[in-house]
Amino acid sequence: MRVPVSWLKEHLELSDDVTTEALVDAFVRIGIEVEGVEPLGTVTGPLVIGRVVEIEELTEFKKPIRYCQVEVGDADLDEADDDADSDDDTAGTGDAAEDAEEVDPTRPRTNGIICGASNFAEGDLVVVALPGAVLPGDFTISARKTYGRVSEGMICSARELGLGEDHTGILVLPSGTASPGDDAREVLDLDDTVLELAPTPDRGYALSIRGLSRELACALDVPLGDPAKIEVPEAEGEAWPVHIEDPEGCRRFVLRRVTGLDAGAPTPWWMRRRLLLSGMRSISLAVDVTNYVMLELGHPLHAFDTGSIKGDLVVRRARQGEKLVTLDDAERALDPDDVVIADDSGVISLAGTMGGASTEISTDSTDVLLEAAHWDPPSISRTARRHKLFSEAAKRFERFTDPQLCAVAVERAARLLRQYGEGSIRPGRTDVGEVPPMPAITMPINLPDRVAGVRYERGVTVGRLTQIGCKVAVGTGDDGTALVTAVPPSWRGDLAQPADLVEEVLRLEGYDSIPSTLPPAPAGRGLTETQRRRRTVSRALAEAGYVEVLPFPFVPASVWDEFGLPADDARRRGLTVRNPLEADKNQLATSLLPGLLETVQRNISRGFRDLALFHIGQVVLPGEGRAAAPDPGVEARPSDEDLAALERAVPAQPQHVAVVLTGQRRRSGWWGEGETANWADAVQAARTIAEAGGVELRTEAADLPPWHPGRCARLLVGDVAVGHAGELHPKVVEALGLPKRTVAMELDLDAVPLRDSRPAPSISPFPPVLLDVALVTGADVPSADLAASLREGAGELIEDVTLFDTYTGEQVGEGKRSLAYKLRFRAADRTLTVEEATQARDAAVAAATERFGAVLRG
Amino acid sequence: MSEAFDKQESPQVDPLASEKLAAAVKAAEEEFAAAADLDALAGVKPAHLGDQAPLSLARREIGSLPKERKAEAGKRVNEARQTVQAAYDARLAALQAERDERVLREEAVDVTLPWDRVPRGARHPITTIAERVADVFIGMGYEVAEGPELEAEWFNFDALNFGKDHPARQLQDTFYVGDEDSNLVLRTHTSPVQARALLHRDLPVYIVCPGRTFRTDELDSTHTPVFHQVEGLAVDKGITMAHLKGTLDAFARAIFGEESGTRFRPHYFPFTEPSAEVDVWFPEKKGGAGWVEWGGCGMVNPNVLRACGVDPDVYSGFAFGMGLERTLQFRNGIPDMRDMVEGDVRFTLPFGTEA
Repeated sequence: MRVPVSWLKEHLELSDDVTTEALVDAFVRIGIEVEGVEPLGTVTGPLVIGRVVEIEELTEFKKPIRYCQVEVGDADLDEADDDADSDDDTAGTGDAAEDAEEVDPTRPRTNGIICGASNFAEGDLVVVALPGAVLPGDFTISARKTYGRVSEGMICSARELGLGEDHTGILVLPSGTASPGDDAREVLDLDDTVLELAPTPDRGYALSIRGLSRELACALDVPLGDPAKIEVPEAEGEAWPVHIEDPEGCRRFVLRRVTGLDAGAPTPWWMRRRLLLSGMRSISLAVDVTNYVMLELGHPLHAFDTGSIKGDLVVRRARQGEKLVTLDDAERALDPDDVVIADDSGVISLAGTMGGASTEISTDSTDVLLEAAHWDPPSISRTARRHKLFSEAAKRFERFTDPQLCAVAVERAARLLRQYGEGSIRPGRTDVGEVPPMPAITMPINLPDRVAGVRYERGVTVGRLTQIGCKVAVGTGDDGTALVTAVPPSWRGDLAQPADLVEEVLRLEGYDSIPSTLPPAPAGRGLTETQRRRRTVSRALAEAGYVEVLPFPFVPASVWDEFGLPADDARRRGLTVRNPLEADKNQLATSLLPGLLETVQRNISRGFRDLALFHIGQVVLPGEGRAAAPDPGVEARPSDEDLAALERAVPAQPQHVAVVLTGQRRRSGWWGEGETANWADAVQAARTIAEAGGVELRTEAADLPPWHPGRCARLLVGDVAVGHAGELHPKVVEALGLPKRTVAMELDLDAVPLRDSRPAPSISPFPPVLLDVALVTGADVPSADLAASLREGAGELIEDVTLFDTYTGEQVGEGKRSLAYKLRFRAADRTLTVEEATQARDAAVAAATERFGAVLRG
Repeated sequence: MSEAFDKQESPQVDPLASEKLAAAVKAAEEEFAAAADLDALAGVKPAHLGDQAPLSLARREIGSLPKERKAEAGKRVNEARQTVQAAYDARLAALQAERDERVLREEAVDVTLPWDRVPRGARHPITTIAERVADVFIGMGYEVAEGPELEAEWFNFDALNFGKDHPARQLQDTFYVGDEDSNLVLRTHTSPVQARALLHRDLPVYIVCPGRTFRTDELDSTHTPVFHQVEGLAVDKGITMAHLKGTLDAFARAIFGEESGTRFRPHYFPFTEPSAEVDVWFPEKKGGAGWVEWGGCGMVNPNVLRACGVDPDVYSGFAFGMGLERTLQFRNGIPDMRDMVEGDVRFTLPFGTEA
């Protein structure tokens, strides 16, 4: 909310030496965020009020240009010409103007000024920057020749004067505001500052001069003159018949009627100035007055054109199929949840959000009905969101308005219309509905002390609560505790429980008085095994050359086609984001690979071809037939059943680890050739992870897209499949535009069992016996299985089986493969003899032969 | 040369004459000195120290000398022999040293050649700072709690005192997931983990929750729709706002140095009351030490405690939360938020494995 400091100060008893900085500090200290401090721009040199005497339309240019004679007074003369000036209203003809150019010492001095705007007429009061003036933004005015004339100054717009953003035309002041030649700085009150304040959404009352002044009064401990202290006279009858059919949506509805309004009456300058500085455009007196009262008191008002209303007014919910053309000329289909105001013709206003076009006050409305109502905040909030109508009124209503203020706000507006629009206030007032009293809140009087960890001085709690407007009483509880009971003021719908009162005391006493101490936390147990393992895995991969990346979990559904997944693949059943940032990336990832591969592409496009990336993150696996989450309410802990149902409704989100490699894994360089990353590197990444977790990884051949059907390993821990690794399918690589032979691994870290204990091995001090065997088997026998058979067959003396060579070719024959292993034998309790080791080796070979037909290679 | 000491002629010439011995010594010394390398030295060694060397022959002749001359001749021959041996040893040592030095010199390499055959990797600084923060709190007795990123609205909003239609619920710019009635959202903060912790853990609860969070902000230099938070929660008997201040001061010192500390400004969050925004004193702030907006905090709203089955008349608590991207951005001077999310290896590599 934009607020001129001068307006804020109007209601405060401040000494003159209170600076704007002090006000800003006070706001920040009590929790009103100050988003901007904008002093009005400095104007130096002659800035005067002028009266447009004559307008000459210059038509020879691309855009309409006016050459104006503007009476600007004379600094050397007295103000004795005032009477003569006022006659000029009718002197707008060319003839009269020509006469004026004759040297006539009785005529006032005029300056010829070129102006590109056309929203003014002869006789209007304007602001003129004379040659020598410097406007905000260091804009120096000088007499200069332009559009074929000498322009002796500039007629200013509000924006050029730093009075707001309104640049729709030049600033025209209502007649009688000042006289030509007056110093415009004083008339415009340019010695002011606009604060951009952002009260938190719980403090609806602070979206007003009334509320903000009150905040300052509390912060600075100075008296406040409440602008809402207006005598509301007794009414005589109703202003208009109203029926509230929806008392939940509308607690109170007040109407007051003003008739005989001068529809063309200008808004007084002081009011326009405040609206301008608050960022609002001046529309007409009636609209300006409702806006002004909203800014001043915080209560939005609506003005109906009385003549357009047909029959009694009814406050109700909209009916299915009803429509309303709102003030912005949009036709809106109403929702049965919208609270509306209707008359015999149907809905005429979207309550609290925006009025309807059919009853809008126009430039000839002389009879207006002023409305102020208390609307149910959640209803307004829903309606505003549903229709995307975030009006100033809705913003205040959804944050809670003061229900006691309805009659006051209407009265204030009616009086302003009477004063400035010559209207007369009709004696009747409609005031229907019932506002429940604010509930009293009782708490131990030392609760603020206990929450803050501070011993406040006696009387602080009562003092502060009184200061914010509570009715406070002190008492004693049954157990002898000193209690304080506070009835919040009508504008504080946010005060509902003791904690709310505590915050008021603490923030007004100042958070800086809260000391710094540590709580007595019990001994913790450190990281869980899962957390520790995740760190270890992350470090192990980084040490192994992988760079961690954190891609977003949003993927396009089309990626699964590129991955070549069958139609019924579970990975295709990712959940959809209803409001994605990028329309096509609206699926929650069921695999980390799409994000990783996209990151690979990004790096490649930036010139990096040798990449090893990893990502550890959650994926969302919705599974089948999940029930919607229940809504157990918040009054108490949900029942165990509800809690379980809530937790079941949230899909499984296991922690996955994935890597992608492309380009050289071992780089080429001056030392020689490098090695391109291959499927085995991807499997090795899984082994690295398994080792970090202290478990043994097994692999077996698998065929799962997006991997190459002949180069894909299923990763197993025990009998549990935890993931896959290998080379990506050439078609996938092509579809995604990846480098050929890109390899990848993904596993479900949560599926890898935690190793609960790691028993120490027994270390034999006796020497080993090393024996090599080369076995020829069918080429399709997995080396891991052959090694396992050797290990099993060798018995307990075998310590290690290492594959050191593989061979296929003529020497072993078609369809065969030779695998060479180093076997290391050792006994726990003695030096092993070669004979014993050889026996064990023979047993190992026999086992391999029996299982796979392996033949010892000669 | 050996002919001069021919056995046959030895009776005629007195091989033991002192001038003869001196000449032999001199010849040996000169030849050893002249040997340019170890091979040359080895080549001349037999002529002066071998079986047929003059001094060896001379020693053999001592036996044939008259008894009275034996001792004196033996002494002279031995002395000469020792001198030659010493000359040889010295030269050998010198040449060996020379050779060793030369070999080492020849084996010298260009130690500036690179050897990054398998360049090291790196962990993302968001990961490492999250761990660092967790470690600070583990040091204070906290435990690390985690939860799902896709959450039930009840945990993300209702349990945290966000009214169904309260404007604050809209402030969070939420990603909604699944069907209209699925009631699932991508968590807008890590606070649902706090609700889950209160529902499932025994009191008192002291936890810290790092994690990934989501809001519908377009990606730009200061916003990212996917970001990370770390939140803390302490619920115990007698917890005060002073405890919150002390905890955050300790946190700030651990992350930003001993001079650091925090400042509270009143604010509004549905899940805390009273609430505050936290500024941190950042000694390395650009343009001079100063306050930087850091996060939010407050005393856990009794409504939250109630919804989680904790009696607010017995227990009280505090909670706080900070954005890790933001923390990292000002702590490490990262100019553009996008650098943290795009996964460019040039950004992550310099951080190594610990940021």
